[in-house]
Amino acid sequence: MRNVFLFLRRYSVFFTFLVLQAISLSFLFRYNRFHRAQFLGIATEITGRINTQYNKVEDYFSLKQENKRLHHLNDSLLNLLQSNFVRPDSGVTLVKDTIPYDTLGHYRRYLYRDASVVYNTVSSQKNYFQINRGSIRGIKDNMAVISSDGYPVGIIVNVSDNFSEAMSLLHVQNTVNASLKKGGEFGTLQWDGKDPRYLTLKNIPKSADVKKGDTVLTSTYSYNFPPGYIIGTVAGISIDNVTGFFTLKVKTAADFFSLQKVHVIENLQYDEQVQLFNDTKKKIEQPKSGSR
Amino acid sequence: MSSIVRNTIRFVLFILIQVYILNKIPQLHLFITPYLYFLFILWLPFNISRGGLLFVGFVLGLALDYFTLTPGLHASACVLIAYARPFVIHLLMPKDITEFNYREPSVKAMGWTPYAIYISILTVLHHTYLVFLEWLSFGSFLDFIIKVFGTTAISLLLIFTVEFLFPRQLKYRTNVQ
Repeated sequence: MRNVFLFLRRYSVFFTFLVLQAISLSFLFRYNRFHRAQFLGIATEITGRINTQYNKVEDYFSLKQENKRLHHLNDSLLNLLQSNFVRPDSGVTLVKDTIPYDTLGHYRRYLYRDASVVYNTVSSQKNYFQINRGSIRGIKDNMAVISSDGYPVGIIVNVSDNFSEAMSLLHVQNTVNASLKKGGEFGTLQWDGKDPRYLTLKNIPKSADVKKGDTVLTSTYSYNFPPGYIIGTVAGISIDNVTGFFTLKVKTAADFFSLQKVHVIENLQYDEQVQLFNDTKKKIEQPKSGSR
Repeated sequence: MSSIVRNTIRFVLFILIQVYILNKIPQLHLFITPYLYFLFILWLPFNISRGGLLFVGFVLGLALDYFTLTPGLHASACVLIAYARPFVIHLLMPKDITEFNYREPSVKAMGWTPYAIYISILTVLHHTYLVFLEWLSFGSFLDFIIKVFGTTAISLLLIFTVEFLFPRQLKYRTNVQ
């Protein structure tokens, strides 16, 4: 027994080294595989506060650009106002001055909230950014995030009281359902982790008529993103010989390098859709006892 | 200034510079992020205990991990170089701690060649391990090799730039003290 203690004492530094390595590696494999780390919630609060201070300074340098973008988006939104449209039938001009809501069965499906980005990276293979709205302000997991000029940039993956963490489109584990504007063929949008200016759109059928410069939109099948937001344009076309599908290189429309103001989009029917999907799966795959 | 105060200020500065300047630089090529923060470990005094060195390395790595949201990644690389540091110093300068005329590893304390070798060995070690851990979950082998070499080159360039631009004021230690 004495020898065991002597042995431990003699190599105490080495054992400390092993223990610390084990702790680090367990952190690494436990939290990074599931990026919704609980302890990041606390860390997010602390680093979030420091980041906010830093961001106040940083914001000044891109005010001009940001204003320009904001102006563009406002402009396009103004064009969508119902009051722009009139119905010149039957000699009476009907001008609507509010968006119809709950009158003739209209309902709201998407809700927008604005937020500022307080921390952002593009230099790793798994990029996240942090925004200054948290669960107190109604942010929940799986909400979509678009930049102030209306291009999709990520999905919320972790929420603390005052801040949330979003997984950028520039994250090798992020997948978004996207479709081509021209033919409507849909595929899976991923990032290969190499060049932050380009994303990869997979599983587009060979029958699709694709040319360079075609627009890629968020798909109508996406649970997170509202349909029709521009993700980017096709920059390269290649055929996957194994599966026989197109693999497209998509130039991103969003500028991930200078992300400042974003909109967080909530799909109010997200829970219902996912619930239905899971229930269906369960119902169909359930082993049946009696004969049909 | 006492050694503890001096190193605490250094710790904060290195983390802030790494997070807010170096990590923000648009990448030079693919994923070469310039790393400088681990220079803190290389600059710690000679007389720090080996166990203490490991803990300081762990805390430094973890502090950076909090900012980059990669818990454990930098911590584990830092612990590795903190463990390897005494061996490398002993290999290059086989003498007792009390025999050193300066408190911290520097060009003055060790001489140009040994200091450069000391920096290079630990930088390569740090980057190889760091990139290896990142690579485990993702990437091709060629990416791995390119990234190790690229990151090491950039880091060495940065470290020597820092050495030249901000010479540390180190007191010559005498027996009178």
